[in-house]
Amino acid sequence: MTLSRTTIALVGFVALGAAGLATYTILGPRDPASCAQSQVAGATIGGPFTLVDETGRTVTDRDIITKPSLVYFGYTFCPDVCPTDSARNAEALDLLQSRGIDAQALFISIDPERDTVEQVAEFTDLFHPDMIGLTGSSEQVAAVSKTYKTYFAKQETGDEYYLMDHSTFTYLVLPDLGFVDFFRRDTTPETIANTVACFAEQS
Amino acid sequence: MTCKSLALAAAFTLTAGFSLAEDITVGTLVLKDPYAFETAKTARAGGAFVRIVNTGSDPDRLLDVRADYPKVQVHETIEKDGIARMQPAGEIDIPAGGMIELKPGGYHIMFMGLKGAQRFSVGETVEATLVFEQAGEVTIDFPVRKRTGGKADMGQMGTMEQGNNASN
Repeated sequence: MTLSRTTIALVGFVALGAAGLATYTILGPRDPASCAQSQVAGATIGGPFTLVDETGRTVTDRDIITKPSLVYFGYTFCPDVCPTDSARNAEALDLLQSRGIDAQALFISIDPERDTVEQVAEFTDLFHPDMIGLTGSSEQVAAVSKTYKTYFAKQETGDEYYLMDHSTFTYLVLPDLGFVDFFRRDTTPETIANTVACFAEQS
Repeated sequence: MTCKSLALAAAFTLTAGFSLAEDITVGTLVLKDPYAFETAKTARAGGAFVRIVNTGSDPDRLLDVRADYPKVQVHETIEKDGIARMQPAGEIDIPAGGMIELKPGGYHIMFMGLKGAQRFSVGETVEATLVFEQAGEVTIDFPVRKRTGGKADMGQMGTMEQGNNASN
């Protein structure tokens, strides 16, 4: 009978545990990964960086990423892709702010040769007051690009009107969790806003 | 403009929130809906877009674009695996009875070397001369538009503007 009692107790314990887990799963906090749009399992994207902000101040990721941030890498000489994507990200910010969610966007130049502090400041002001332009030394820009696993390359033209090839993903970075998701060019502002909101509401 | 087209234009303006420029005809080509996007105060490059319809039975070709900026080219945006690359498009064939569309994410006229007061501001126009192999040269004004959000690369500009106005 001792054995049976132990068995019953064990079964009861396991059942309670399972019930508890089930309850936790249903009522408890959702896994942040369930918010994600992309498959990013195992990827190590993002991390510390040092850049120069719109006022010319040297800043780190800790200074800048104080709220959910849409991080984009581009250059201000770009008349098509970068403005289109920046306008999309700005619209996502508008949608989020209309829902009471405080978020921001970062535009990190991958063309520091031409993108001065004033250039990135004016460029981002065209799109949204909460879009922050960042530039830096070529070493700082190369480092942050490597950290985010983005690609950029200069097309040499021999004049000042050269073009840059560059990655066009927008990364969602949270102050506490770091990088959590990325968006492709064809992602709508609504989808971005919903994803950011999903993450923001859990943290 | 005839009464009918005026009425149509007015109706479109009401629904879309902005007016479209009249079509420009040169030879057998019809140039539709030219526009440029506004640029930042310090911008040194700007882009412009237009649809070119060939109503004729012979092909034509866009050879060149000229404007009063240090460097002007038709560029093509190519995107592959999340990486965007812009490159000079060279000459662009316009098939008989066909159309080419300069639009965000594809072909665009790129004006390079803007300085100071040359920024593209909403309400102004940007003048450029398009050079065609058969139709010859035509100088057109590209009205400057405000940038819009994620629907900017959709063909239905009217719908896009409407959506943008609604969300702002």
